[in-house]
Amino acid sequence: MNNDTLIPLIGVVTDIRQDTPDVKTFRVNALEGGKVFEHMPGQCAMLSIPGVGEGMFSITSSPTNKEFMEFSIKKCGCLTSWLHAMDVGQQITIRGPYGNYFPVETELKGKDLLFVAGGIGLAPLRSVINYVRDNRANYGDVQIVYGSRSKDDLVDYKEIIDEWSADPNIQVNLTIDNPQEGWDGHVGFVPNYVKELNPSTNKTVLVCGPPIMIKFTLAGLKELGFTETQVYTTMELRMKCGVGKCGRCNIGHKYVCKDGPVFRFDQLDELPDEY
Amino acid sequence: MQEAMIKRAKELLADGTVNRVMGWKKGEFAYDITPAVFDTAEELEQDFVCDDLTQANVSKYLIKESRKEGRILAFLKPCDTYSFNQLIKEHRIIRENVYVIGIPGGPKIDVEKIKAKGITGILSVKNEDYTLKIETIYGTETMPFYEAISGKCESCKSKKHVVYDELMGEEGDVLDSNRFDMVEKLENMTAQERYDFWRGELSKCIRCNACRNVCPACTCESCVFDNPASGISQKAAADSFEENMFHIIRAFHVAGRCTDCGECSRVCPQNIPLHLLNRKFIKDINSLYGEYQAGADTTSRAPLTDYKADDCEPSVVHERGAE
Amino acid sequence: MLKIAASRLNELFDAIAEKQTLYIPVDREPNTAEYKKYESGMTMSSALNTVRSAKDFFFPQTENLAEFKVEGKSIEVKDIRQENEDFVVFGVRACDARSFSILDKVFLSEPVDSFYKNRRDHGTIVTMACTKPAETCFCTVFGIDPTVPEGDVSVFSDGENYFFLDRTEKGTEFVKSVENFLEEGDAAKLAQVQEQARSVIKKLPLAGLSTDSFGGDKLNEHFNSEKWAELSEACIGCGTCTFVCPTCQCYDIRDFDTGHGIKRFRCWDSCMYSDFTKMAHGNPRTSQLERFRQRFMHKLVYFPANNDGEFGCVGCGRCLAKCPISMNIVKVMKALEVK
Repeated sequence: MNNDTLIPLIGVVTDIRQDTPDVKTFRVNALEGGKVFEHMPGQCAMLSIPGVGEGMFSITSSPTNKEFMEFSIKKCGCLTSWLHAMDVGQQITIRGPYGNYFPVETELKGKDLLFVAGGIGLAPLRSVINYVRDNRANYGDVQIVYGSRSKDDLVDYKEIIDEWSADPNIQVNLTIDNPQEGWDGHVGFVPNYVKELNPSTNKTVLVCGPPIMIKFTLAGLKELGFTETQVYTTMELRMKCGVGKCGRCNIGHKYVCKDGPVFRFDQLDELPDEY
Repeated sequence: MQEAMIKRAKELLADGTVNRVMGWKKGEFAYDITPAVFDTAEELEQDFVCDDLTQANVSKYLIKESRKEGRILAFLKPCDTYSFNQLIKEHRIIRENVYVIGIPGGPKIDVEKIKAKGITGILSVKNEDYTLKIETIYGTETMPFYEAISGKCESCKSKKHVVYDELMGEEGDVLDSNRFDMVEKLENMTAQERYDFWRGELSKCIRCNACRNVCPACTCESCVFDNPASGISQKAAADSFEENMFHIIRAFHVAGRCTDCGECSRVCPQNIPLHLLNRKFIKDINSLYGEYQAGADTTSRAPLTDYKADDCEPSVVHERGAE
Repeated sequence: MLKIAASRLNELFDAIAEKQTLYIPVDREPNTAEYKKYESGMTMSSALNTVRSAKDFFFPQTENLAEFKVEGKSIEVKDIRQENEDFVVFGVRACDARSFSILDKVFLSEPVDSFYKNRRDHGTIVTMACTKPAETCFCTVFGIDPTVPEGDVSVFSDGENYFFLDRTEKGTEFVKSVENFLEEGDAAKLAQVQEQARSVIKKLPLAGLSTDSFGGDKLNEHFNSEKWAELSEACIGCGTCTFVCPTCQCYDIRDFDTGHGIKRFRCWDSCMYSDFTKMAHGNPRTSQLERFRQRFMHKLVYFPANNDGEFGCVGCGRCLAKCPISMNIVKVMKALEVK
């Protein structure tokens, strides 16, 4: 019998990084080393601890990383609490990759890119950002606007400062919701900050974060003259199968696990408002 | 009666006593009647139905409806008034937001019993002097009215309305019911026979949750069986033990609060006689703590939530001869 | 056409059951039928249909997907799949027969669901033509002819005989395997019976139901309809419609700790349930209106949008008969119909 996507593979956690008080980034390798499978930026994988649960998480590492996969996971439910309690060496089950991906090799090629992320919403975009950095010649200007509740809630802060900010070819704009000691950067919500920065409307935008942030960011971008066909986002709904069969992650006739998670706003606009 | 009900409902809408009417709506055939809320006289005239086939107990809907703006008129059969009262007692229904008209009860007709006779293509059902005249696409069929009586009406416990603002029709009495006959029969079985009986019935369960969701006593905001944090949540039983567990835990949970309205068995798509589990509890409560009818009043203390010095001890289980 | 006398049907069943597992509909209570594994002496039900649909044979209510052995930090996955044994389902009605091709579109599309395919590959479907449809029947609305059901083999009754028509390779093989029991028969009376059935079918109360107002291109128009509030108002949020439905295919995946290993199983789920789309941090469908709407939008709009216009309903009428509050797809279609 052929392999069935519902029967998972085994991965082993080889590194755990505490990124924020409630976000950890887990490095996952195949048992024999290397990656469990290849993916494209924006795609997801089903991770599980048997007996605890299974959940869909976006793969935050770039496909250009040939050694391992990484998942940045926020602690908010039963499974994620269990994952947060893991130690290095713990095995997990993993299946995927699932869903479509950001069109890094087609529509985004040659474009000026604006990444807008809020909180844990950086996780899926980090994969694209690092992919773009590793294929820098294929893309135009790169600007990253990233915000969180506080300085401590900025996921991957070290990478942002040490690598992205240090890269002369990338403009990084960070913001936090409220003033904080030791923070001399921008203070304010992401959507407002994007408007203040007044990015050029020839950019293609990739936005991910809490629904309310996405909503206001999109509204702000439209005010600046952006159109919905220029803006991509990635969605998250409850999933069980990952392949468009279990029937719960649909928005209209589109399954987020299979037809998404990456949607352009003009595509989303045609779908019923139920997400 | 239906015409009188529509007329009265229209009056109460017109004089502002109520702003909505909880009743039942006609379907495609004679029997597919849906509980519905009516806002206007026109809607009532067009769709309101209350006939021999109108079985649904609408009390549970009043939990939500009594929390909406204004006052709602509800037509309650005697059995429904017990459910309503029990929900008042449990502070689930806001009494002053419901205007209750007591209407005569059954016996109601269960179309499943007509279908069980092999009669199909049913278009209309008329009771002509206790003979049912059934128009079907294959011609007219007849059968005795009493052979089509719904299970819940066969063992009716009361024709008396325990709560109402006004009554239509004559008031009845609490009946000397035969409702514990089958329970007694089960009690007289050997443990193995009883186990086999229940395994046979409960193994038919498809876990659609219709019994729980229709039950006026099941009003938890979130059921333990739906709550992953409860440790016993399940959508399908993993084994026969879990199959039993769902129904038995549910019966325990509604013990002392179940008014024996019979909705659980009525809606079961697999015809499992679930009400027998509840009746066993009712019968035991009666014999261990003295006669008690849930929903008969709104003030008494229920035996299982009350303490009396002469309450039976847990050892009663053995004294009664557990096998 | 090849036939067997009705009086000899059980001889045929005995012969089939000798070689492979045979399922037939039998009466549990009067006019309440369920599929059972055939044992000698069982009588085939004369009920129009079973309470549970025939989807159970290919998509059972629960099935194990994998087993895990967890020891310390290590996990072992056990692939417990085994090649299914051949089996025959006898007496499937035209509506349920069509439901298989709808389920195929879900489970056999890439990536193929091997659990479903395994059963499909090994099952032979012998269908039974309808002669006495019920008032709840509306399969013709979805282009199904109940007098000539799909399947590997179609069987037709003229009251005294059962006639066999093989329609697929598997069906031909099946008929060949039992040809000792069959003889050439005169189908003149059968033609009469079929004609009579067809004339009844034309006059069924729901025969005039129209699908014209539905389909993949009617997305937002129906989604945003004001009718959903009234239609869903009495829904108690149970899963009866879903579970008796031959085309409902949504499932949940859960783990069960047996005490000596974890079993991962999948089970039927219902979009009518309050926790269907619930996540740790929110739920896109918080009201019963939204959940109710999902079920009917799926059958009447989303499914056709993804499957060349095919609807996710076969008009079997089970939900009409079984919904605790008698709300169903027919009432929804009539309410949403654009005249």
